[in-house]
Amino acid sequence: MSDPVLSVRDLRVEFHTRRGVLKAIDGVSFDIGKGEVLGVVGESGAGKSVTGSAVIGLIDPPGRIAGGEILLSGQRVDNLPPEEMRKVRGKRIGMIFQDPLTSLNPLYKISEQLIETITTHTDLSPTQARRRAVDLLAEVGIPAPEKRIDSYPHEFSGGMRQRVVIALALCAEPELIIADEPTTALDVSVQAQIITLLKRLGREHGTAIMLVTHDMGVIAETADRVAVMYAGRIAEIGPVHDVVQNPLHPYAEGLMGAIPTLAGEDARLVQIPGSMPRLNRIPPGCAFNPRCGYRFGRCTVDRPDPLPWRGHRVACHLYDAASGPHFLGEGKTLAAAKKPEEAA
Amino acid sequence: MTTPFVRVSDLSRSFDVSKPWLNRVIEGGEKQYLKAVDGVSFDIPRGETFALVGESGSGKSTVARMVVGLLPPSGGGVTIDGISMSDTKAQVERQLLRRRIQMVFQDPYASLNPRWRVQQIVAEPIRAFKLVEGEADIRARVGELLTLVGLHPDDGVKYPHEFSGGQRQRVAIARALASEAEFLVCDEPTSALDVSVQAQILNLMRDLQDKFGLTYLFISHNLAVVRHMATRIGVMYLGRIVEISGGREMFQNPKHPYTRMLLDAVPDLAMSGRDREPVAGEIPNPINPPSGCTFNPRCPFANERCRVERPPLAGGVACHAVHEGRLAVKDAA
Ligand SMILES: Nc1ncnc2c1ncn2[C@@H]1O[C@H](COP(=O)(O)OP(=O)(O)OP(=O)(O)O)[C@@H](O)[C@H]1O
Ligand SMILES: Nc1ncnc2c1ncn2[C@@H]1O[C@H](COP(=O)(O)OP(=O)(O)OP(=O)(O)O)[C@@H](O)[C@H]1O
Ligand code: SF4
Ligand SMILES: [Mg+2]
Ligand SMILES: [Mg+2]
Repeated sequence: MSDPVLSVRDLRVEFHTRRGVLKAIDGVSFDIGKGEVLGVVGESGAGKSVTGSAVIGLIDPPGRIAGGEILLSGQRVDNLPPEEMRKVRGKRIGMIFQDPLTSLNPLYKISEQLIETITTHTDLSPTQARRRAVDLLAEVGIPAPEKRIDSYPHEFSGGMRQRVVIALALCAEPELIIADEPTTALDVSVQAQIITLLKRLGREHGTAIMLVTHDMGVIAETADRVAVMYAGRIAEIGPVHDVVQNPLHPYAEGLMGAIPTLAGEDARLVQIPGSMPRLNRIPPGCAFNPRCGYRFGRCTVDRPDPLPWRGHRVACHLYDAASGPHFLGEGKTLAAAKKPEEAA
Repeated sequence: MTTPFVRVSDLSRSFDVSKPWLNRVIEGGEKQYLKAVDGVSFDIPRGETFALVGESGSGKSTVARMVVGLLPPSGGGVTIDGISMSDTKAQVERQLLRRRIQMVFQDPYASLNPRWRVQQIVAEPIRAFKLVEGEADIRARVGELLTLVGLHPDDGVKYPHEFSGGQRQRVAIARALASEAEFLVCDEPTSALDVSVQAQILNLMRDLQDKFGLTYLFISHNLAVVRHMATRIGVMYLGRIVEISGGREMFQNPKHPYTRMLLDAVPDLAMSGRDREPVAGEIPNPINPPSGCTFNPRCPFANERCRVERPPLAGGVACHAVHEGRLAVKDAA
């Protein structure tokens, strides 16, 4: 088997602050194959964006990669000198960030920014680059691109700016795209276009995509597999259909349950009680245990590791045979583990 | 009849998007304007939530910025509790009004001062409007607010860049709540949040509304979220409201072809892997919008009249096909 496009192994990222060392990522491993879309979801602050930043080598002090390896098509990239990493970024890895304003320079016209990126990473002349830039804008759905290409970022709506950022990421036809909330600012109809675009990239160019988003509908439609993150670790990773429909990890279950639906009456939304612990106050045992309705003895003592379980990996003691009577073997689902008072 | 708490009447805003004067002289070309908002009217009774939905670039944020007085309208106006947001005579009243209105922006990066600690950011309206006196009490209040939005009081000493995107949005919401405003204009307040935090924030917003009778103008592209929050909904397309109706009504009996298309385009959790019905047509160029009904190039029901004559907003919908009875509308149950 050929190497996956991206392989992250036991990644650790720390922030050294005056208030101590914060472990933002604490042992995260996953692969993304050619043409595959890995969705990444999870609590705000769980480390999704930091994971993406680590892959593209953009962890700035006081942050640092404290352990693990990142391989791009089999080649280690986490220890490259900054100059070489800069070439990898932009050429081999495209980036689409949560906030379009961080990727666009407010002082330069859209045209200048696109042409500059294109000429840096390809052999095109400035005139050809301009033509390619117009094509890219059309591809991401900017109306009348030849007219609007000379606008400044502030003259575009939030959604239009994000489409410009996507065009920027596509400039060099990278092998991997890290997309951090690419459709968050977009309405459903543009969202559908962007999703179609991302899927086509995977299909036609074999581009691997790491797609971070809170929008479970987008994940359900775009991703092949999904990773659910909580407090700097992967709680569950598996095929998207399974994780969305039948989550195994109690946090994943809570997350899927909180999704508002069109059918839903205007009752209160289901919410997971409490909030994610701060990074310097992660409880011993399972980080989710203070909020977990299934907690039992082991949970406050041992930290669960992501173990293979029916085509997923899941970090929860319920799926560990060593948990004795609490073990959910023999096809038992989470419901079987409900505490009696809650099941009633 | 008394006027409703918020009244937006015939609000319009154009932007000059011409090339610079010198280029126009050299290269030729007219002055060009983009009509971002064109004749938008709606009311929000006290204690209710009015939601604006619609395509990216349809003018939702521009409406929001005019409603809170951050952007002067080019036509029409906004009154809040009877006070005009643009009338120069109302200067003094408007000053008093300002503390009763807060905005939560689409983009938490742009709205938080990067050089301030979070506790300063959240305390700013408390200090400005002297809502709480004494440093210790202010600190306690800030801690309370941070807890309310799911952060920790100790997070107050951090700077915005030390937070994730979603955590920053919670800071922005805490600051909006700090002012004890009566009217909150929320532009995509939860689109940067994960669904479990979103559920907490939306539940919180509804609790606060029930408890203090808050009024919301709520903008979101997530129709499920709007379904959950809105009393009434306005659907915008290219700067105009094309449909306006009660929350439940909109989802049960969408009338305008664009509204129907939006509802069909909602991603469905159950259909993993399947391709979504692609949305027909290109988004038109707002500088040079189509004549007649601006939706006509994408509309499966468009006829000659639609390409020429602009449909008025009547019976809550601006569509010739609906007005002529060519496009059936389910009766409200
Ligand atoms: N420069 C920094 N200094 C200190 N802590 C940081 C810094 N940048 C990020 N963190 C912390 O790292 C953790 C992970 O942040 P990250 O941005 O990856 O979250 P996320 O999962 O992307 O959340 P969101 O969904 O809200 O975007 C957060 O708890 C955040 O507070
Ligand atoms: N300062 C400006 N100068 C020129 N054009 C502008 C300016 N601000 C907004 N526009 C244009 O006005 C239109 C409406 O923008 P607005 O930000 O209100 O859209 P929106 O409905 O909030 O979209 P989104 O969902 O993408 O946030 C867009 O075509 C935008 O490009
Ligand atoms: S390990 Fe225990 S506390 Fe953690 S999610 Fe599983 S059951 Fe809940
Ligand atoms: Mg993030
Ligand atoms: Mg907007």
